[in-house]
Amino acid sequence: MSASDNIQVPVPAVRSKPLIIRHLPYFIGAAVLVALAGSMGFDGYVLNILLQATTFSIAVFGLSVVLGLCGQINLAQATFFGFGAYAVGLGTADLHLSFWPCLVGGCMIALIAGAFLGMSTLRLGGHYLAMVTISFQQIVTLVMINAIWLTHGPDGVSNITRPELFQSSQSYLAFCVAVLAIVGYLVWHLPDTKLGRSMRAVRDNELAAGVNGIDVFRTKIYAFGICALLGGLAGGLFAGGFAYVSPDQFSFAESIGFLTMSLLGGVASPVGSVIGTGLLILIPEWLRFLKSVPGLYLAIYGLFVILIIRFMPDGIWGFVSDAFTRWRAHTKAPPVAAALQLKPATSGGDIVLKVTGLTKHFGGLKAVDGVDIAVKRGGVHALIGPNGSGKTTTLNVLSGLYKATAGKIVLDGTDITNMAPHQRTAAGLGRTFQNIRLFRSMTALENVEIGAERPGNTMIGKGEDALTERAMEALTFVGLGNRANELISSFSYGHQRLIEIARALAANPTLLLLDEPAAGLNSTEKLELHELLKRIAAQGLTILIIDHDMTLVSEAAQHITVLNFGRRIADGESMAVLRHPDVVSAYLGSE
Amino acid sequence: MDLVLQLLFTGIGIGAVYALVALGFVLIFRATNVVNFAQGEFSMVAAYLMVVFSVDLGWPYWLSFLIALAGMALLGVIFNLGVYYPLRHRTYLPVIIATIGASILLSNSVLAIYGPQPQVLQGWFDTPGIQLGPVYLDSQYLLIIAVTILLVLFNFWFFEKTLLGKKLQATSQDKEMASLLGISVSTMIMITFIYSAVLGGLAGILVAPVLFVSIQMGSTIALKAFAATIIGGFGDVTGAIIGGLALGVIETFGAAYISVPYKDGFAFLVLIAFLIFRPQGIFGERVAEKA
Repeated sequence: MSASDNIQVPVPAVRSKPLIIRHLPYFIGAAVLVALAGSMGFDGYVLNILLQATTFSIAVFGLSVVLGLCGQINLAQATFFGFGAYAVGLGTADLHLSFWPCLVGGCMIALIAGAFLGMSTLRLGGHYLAMVTISFQQIVTLVMINAIWLTHGPDGVSNITRPELFQSSQSYLAFCVAVLAIVGYLVWHLPDTKLGRSMRAVRDNELAAGVNGIDVFRTKIYAFGICALLGGLAGGLFAGGFAYVSPDQFSFAESIGFLTMSLLGGVASPVGSVIGTGLLILIPEWLRFLKSVPGLYLAIYGLFVILIIRFMPDGIWGFVSDAFTRWRAHTKAPPVAAALQLKPATSGGDIVLKVTGLTKHFGGLKAVDGVDIAVKRGGVHALIGPNGSGKTTTLNVLSGLYKATAGKIVLDGTDITNMAPHQRTAAGLGRTFQNIRLFRSMTALENVEIGAERPGNTMIGKGEDALTERAMEALTFVGLGNRANELISSFSYGHQRLIEIARALAANPTLLLLDEPAAGLNSTEKLELHELLKRIAAQGLTILIIDHDMTLVSEAAQHITVLNFGRRIADGESMAVLRHPDVVSAYLGSE
Repeated sequence: MDLVLQLLFTGIGIGAVYALVALGFVLIFRATNVVNFAQGEFSMVAAYLMVVFSVDLGWPYWLSFLIALAGMALLGVIFNLGVYYPLRHRTYLPVIIATIGASILLSNSVLAIYGPQPQVLQGWFDTPGIQLGPVYLDSQYLLIIAVTILLVLFNFWFFEKTLLGKKLQATSQDKEMASLLGISVSTMIMITFIYSAVLGGLAGILVAPVLFVSIQMGSTIALKAFAATIIGGFGDVTGAIIGGLALGVIETFGAAYISVPYKDGFAFLVLIAFLIFRPQGIFGERVAEKA
């Protein structure tokens, strides 16, 4: 992985065709399906099943965004589905409004309810979200049954009308299939957008997502909002299709039904959503006796959920597409990259990072106690100290994972003391972790792209191509350019560390924090790391490094700060500090 | 004033049930870092076991009680082996989804066997209750409160004073270290599941004469119990008990003074309020993940 390995066989850069052309087959296929749905003479029974499958699939798309892409659970999708359905139902039947404004209104109600629910809970762990969505589901069901003045209670709403244009069931089905195709297209491509990448990053590793400039909380709310919105849209279409809605169609059991559909087909993909939904709507039709015993049918769903999670966590589609990917793996050669340019922003003076009186207490324990650090621009500054001296805590307070009890942190003239991790990253901070935190379900390139997407990165142009280019440069810089399209799990520990460094470099930070980069590396890898640090420093990037490896520290750093028991015991030019009697006794004990 | 005292008594009685189930939640959460969404179904299944043996077969109440608890211990074993154990090395999300699946499986299996009609279970005592001044003390509520107090004391003694309890605590705090000290982590987790299944079952049997034995009783109780754990401070035993009692009282007063049909909604409103304004609960302290 040294610099000499970077020489690659030049591959002529293929300019990618515009998306619309590459995806033309999808749209042609969709158009054929819509035409079929509108022209085949289905009987009423088949038509109803198709209509149900189509609208339910759209609701399940929502789950594939929130659960599959973002890793957050939603056990109230039937509620959002119900919001859309009741908006269309009550709007057209009671208020005699036309279909379209009711549909839009239903989507908005679902979106707002979803966003509110998300804002109250998404800062907390997944358990809270699961229970809160169940509670929300229960309460809305209570309202649907008891608020008779509004919802007609258990009787439900009948005489729901459809839009003028799609009066016949056949044409309405064609319309729903068209909506399904469009929404499916958007959900299919979401993972490759900035928002989609952020969601995947949040799912894989929330902490790393935060320090790479992603607003974790907001990303989760977007995912949850999109899920609710799709639920509302699906419900509105459902109400128009069946002309009648009642509370039992939107109960907790239905939410579980949606979840099972999503898991069975494959939670990560809209294709899986359609497969799962189709199967779970068709199977009970084939096995009618299941419906004759109340409960039996849902009991089997419950068993399905346990078995799928255990034996087929990626669902049917995940299973199929995995095999397919393995079969055509490594056909795509990564493009050749130019040399990485690091141009740290300069807005402050000679001191890039000024930390004054930094203090962090955990209950009674003073992990960091009034520490001052001043990191000079363009230099390598090391923070050392024995185990438990507060080094990593200091780094965590600097990057915003812990909140400082007292003190002030100024980065390049900006006070970042009270900022969230992603805001500090936007302000120019980059970091790596002692225990590597990469996004495990993504390729090396995608990991580095997320770093390159840092808000405020002046080194990338507009568009996906510029992003890929920047990420390739960073990967090539650390010597892994030729393996860009491999999954993280196929890299060795040392290489994973390099990918983490590349991810931070791609963001073009003003200050790079390295948390024990040499930990767990063998001696060859350590030498190579040392080379890499030299090449980074040569470009003028300021580095603050924590490490135990004294050879590395004394050779790389010009300036050293030493901590012990949370306090600064020495600070100054490297060699002088290492000979300081307090430092020697802290490491070796005094006589 | 009389009504207030009467409601307070009822509220504490029902709150004690929430506290018991919440205790089961907390114990499993501390041992496995996973919330068991089928905890409420343990209560429901135990209540139905009582109906089978005591009502349908006409066996003595105490014998049915012992059989039901033994059945719960067995369910705890099956649950651990079938749902939790195979997924123990995965992240929390698959595990909670599996426990949700188990909850659906349990409640609907009972529905398929027993049908939707709620069942009636007699209380432990023949005397319905005693009049104490202005307040009528229902004997079943008195029993619930007494059992809860005893169990809380037992819990304290068990976890703080016995070697097994200390081993369980060690396992919940650091599995790797516990196993290096020769503690069998899988045995400890098994014991935790058995204990909390029995605890949940006990709560179900105690509350059955007050509520009716129904399929929904499990999810209703679990929802309140979970809200109780959040209100008290997640993962905190004392918090779960205080939270459960508080919720029982709030709900009883809400039903009496505000609205009966929306009785089950109050817990949710209190829960949302806590999540927004004090997510760490009354006793809890939120600890950041170590980087």
